[in-house]
Amino acid sequence: MNIEELYKGILEGNRRALAKSISAIEDQHPKCEELMSRVYKHTGRAHIIGVTGPPGAGKSTLVDKMAKEFRDRGRTIGIVAVDPTSPFTGGAILGDRIRMSGLSTDKHIFIRSMGTRGHLGGLARATSDVIRLMDAFGKDVVIVETVGAGQSEVDIVENAHTTVVVEMPGLGDDIQAIKAGLFEIANIFVINKSDMEGCDRSVREIQIMLEMSPKSPDEWEVPVLKASARDNTGIKELTDTIDRHYEYLKQNNLLEELKYKSLKYNFQEILKEKLMDFSFDESRKEDQNILKSLKSGKIDPYTAAENVISRFKVEKK
Amino acid sequence: MSDDKIRVLVAKPGLDGHDRGAKVVSRALRDAGFEVIYTGLHQSAEQIVETAIQEDVDHIGLSILSGAHMTLVPRVVDLLRENKAEDISLSIGGIIPDEDKEALNKIGIDGVFGPGTDTKDIIAFIKKKVGK
Ligand SMILES: Nc1nc2c(ncn2[C@@H]2O[C@H](COP(=O)(O)OP(=O)(O)O)[C@@H](O)[C@H]2O)c(=O)[nH]1
Ligand SMILES: [Mg+2]
Repeated sequence: MNIEELYKGILEGNRRALAKSISAIEDQHPKCEELMSRVYKHTGRAHIIGVTGPPGAGKSTLVDKMAKEFRDRGRTIGIVAVDPTSPFTGGAILGDRIRMSGLSTDKHIFIRSMGTRGHLGGLARATSDVIRLMDAFGKDVVIVETVGAGQSEVDIVENAHTTVVVEMPGLGDDIQAIKAGLFEIANIFVINKSDMEGCDRSVREIQIMLEMSPKSPDEWEVPVLKASARDNTGIKELTDTIDRHYEYLKQNNLLEELKYKSLKYNFQEILKEKLMDFSFDESRKEDQNILKSLKSGKIDPYTAAENVISRFKVEKK
Repeated sequence: MSDDKIRVLVAKPGLDGHDRGAKVVSRALRDAGFEVIYTGLHQSAEQIVETAIQEDVDHIGLSILSGAHMTLVPRVVDLLRENKAEDISLSIGGIIPDEDKEALNKIGIDGVFGPGTDTKDIIAFIKKKVGK
């Protein structure tokens, strides 16, 4: 892997270089750290949009239609579609592109499917690096699709400026089952499949839930929209609302705050991992001894951690 | 610490038919620990190659049902070369008559799998081609 070539290729808009760089991040190639730290100064231009919600709600279909609408507005687009990796085999079937096949030959759209894998440094950070690569590549908009099912998926949207939560009609009593976390991260709700029965009822139910959930201190009122990705209705309203949210962030100096938050988050994640690698290594005799004492019950986890840290504490004279 | 996964694009060109065979193969590849990018039906050669590049796959598996698709395979090979992506290997699955098989061999495609092939053979073939 030639870092220099990949780096130059990304800045020149070479699609293969971008694709190879993303693979390096996914494979946790040791050299991608150098690549990322060089790429960082070319980032910060893209509007990052998170799209999350339960499987089957129509997220991919909706992303397809949103991308077309953004293209009509002259913007270039990156799409990151994350699907779960099987914890048993490590394999995955990544099928989000089935709904986006009309986009694949538009040279201004770059789509990448990602498996959640068992990322050591956290899925959120790997995704964040992929988003930043697309940003540096020059994409105006980067859309990240994730299944809103677990904490790691919620973490991914930490990197988004605007988070769209997609639901569908017929939730009924299941509404309670919508993760409370989703209400806290949503900037915009969309009830997709408005061509189906029960859409208005779902809108009302979500509005009630929103009224009950804790309000963030800012002024943004979370809208609950209706759309049919299948019939291509409500898409303009959705993209207008996404644009309006971005303007709102910019005008209230919230965008800078979000960017700082995500930089800080990534810094802390990287530091955690580096400190861990630096301070504890199972191939070392003394670290094996700590694990042995832990196993035999001679020490507890707190003492074990303290024992490791005490090696690095400078003695006070 | 690095974790090199084999990534495979499974595509089904052409307008006819179903994708049952492609789905069976996709699941087998996933169970073998591969990442399978599945694109569904009706893919053109341009779509297949562009997707392969964006997804940085190691291998493309084309599911073909009729001889009409035989023109598409050389087109995929040409497009891969035009994009300097000839390192991406190819295999073909489907009912392929012997004369077509020969034509495929001539353009460098040695992975041709007829109906009823044990998916283990396909997995072994891809592993050997990719060499990861
Ligand atoms: N009736 C209807 N079906 C839709 C609509 N949008 C998507 N679907 C269907 O819902 C299913 C799941 O869509 P998909 O986009 O893959 O959902 P995801 O899992 O949330 O990404 C597919 O069969 C779509 O064709 C819609 O607006 N109306
Ligand atoms: Mg999807």
